[in-house]
Amino acid sequence: MPKRIIAGIQKTGHRTIEGVRRLGQATRFFLLVLLKSGASVRRFNLVVRELYYVGVLSLIIIVVSGLFVGMVLGLQGYETLQKYGSESAVGTLVALSLVRELGPVVAALLFASRAGSAITAEIGLMKATEQLAAMGMMAVDPVARVVAPRFWAGVISMPLLAAIFSVMGVFGGYLVAVVFIGVDAGSFWSQMQSNVDFRIDILNGFIKSCFFGVAVTAVAVFEGYDSLPTAEGVSGATTRTVVTSSLAILGLDFILTAFMFRGL
Amino acid sequence: MQRATLDLWVGLFVLAGIGALMILSLKVGNLDTYNGSDTYVIKGNFENIGGLKVRAPVRSSGVLVGRVTSIEFSTKTYNAIVTMSIEQRYQFPKDTFASILTSGLLGEQYIGLDAGGDEMMLKEGDTIMKTNSALVLEEMIGRFLFDKASEDNAF
Repeated sequence: MPKRIIAGIQKTGHRTIEGVRRLGQATRFFLLVLLKSGASVRRFNLVVRELYYVGVLSLIIIVVSGLFVGMVLGLQGYETLQKYGSESAVGTLVALSLVRELGPVVAALLFASRAGSAITAEIGLMKATEQLAAMGMMAVDPVARVVAPRFWAGVISMPLLAAIFSVMGVFGGYLVAVVFIGVDAGSFWSQMQSNVDFRIDILNGFIKSCFFGVAVTAVAVFEGYDSLPTAEGVSGATTRTVVTSSLAILGLDFILTAFMFRGL
Repeated sequence: MQRATLDLWVGLFVLAGIGALMILSLKVGNLDTYNGSDTYVIKGNFENIGGLKVRAPVRSSGVLVGRVTSIEFSTKTYNAIVTMSIEQRYQFPKDTFASILTSGLLGEQYIGLDAGGDEMMLKEGDTIMKTNSALVLEEMIGRFLFDKASEDNAF
């Protein structure tokens, strides 16, 4: 019996050590990517190429989901607010929830599953087919040539995508509340403008999306680079990217919100 | 993909993103009302501030002239000290009257300034002498019931 207990404790210890080791590896890899970003600045067309795959191709999903999220917010907000006779506040409701929370968070979740998984799969497959090793043989640093441009493309596109998401959401809310239901357009916009603050709401939302961009792409490139060079390993790494980065987004969101909006 | 097409798409994407940020700050937010003008700080002692919050608007004749920057409680006078920053281009006389008002029945509370007739203007750090507290619904109802009761007793 004690043997079993000891084995159980050993297992817990082993898992903890493994977890910490992986976390350390991820941090070292993150710093390595930052250190070797020089090439991405000097050869910016590498980043531009990745911006196309990471940013431009994510546009459709971001635009469509932003529109629908805004439309749903408009409908639900109107349903509740009209009970209190303040349906003109629906603009404030839609804009504040999008700019502060839904824009950065939902855009980042979509980005993690749309672009993060693709980055992991691509880098993982490059590793599995020994392309990364071949680059190393030719004295081309795979971290500088493959990983860093993808990382920076993700970091650049995330805030832009979140902003596009929010704008589409506000437009969707406008469409439902003003065009379909018939809330007064003047009070819709004026209430929104008097209650959405540039520094507190928009700038903080932008900072949030920057943090999410770094978190999602850092997880994605690390999982790809660290994946087992087999088909199974790549698929596992892709799954882990989506799960880890989604959890990281939600956890980070709580911490950032606690710092940004406390006492307001 | 051709380099030029790629550049075009990425350029469009970045422009759309920056455009979205601009729309957010100008159309959705209130960046256009931030004129970056200088402000001066004045204070007011209120007996009761009701539900007034930091960043609440300060209006005069309904026009936004400043914002509440801090609300403290003084244990010397047992009053609330409200600090507000007023835009430099709006100068108010020394005997300006400050009252806490509510926009609409359930709307946000704000400070209304009614200019007096004094020659001297309020300067940085001055305190408004004449203030009017917020209306608290419970107190009003209580007073009304009390008056009603004493009226009934008279008969």
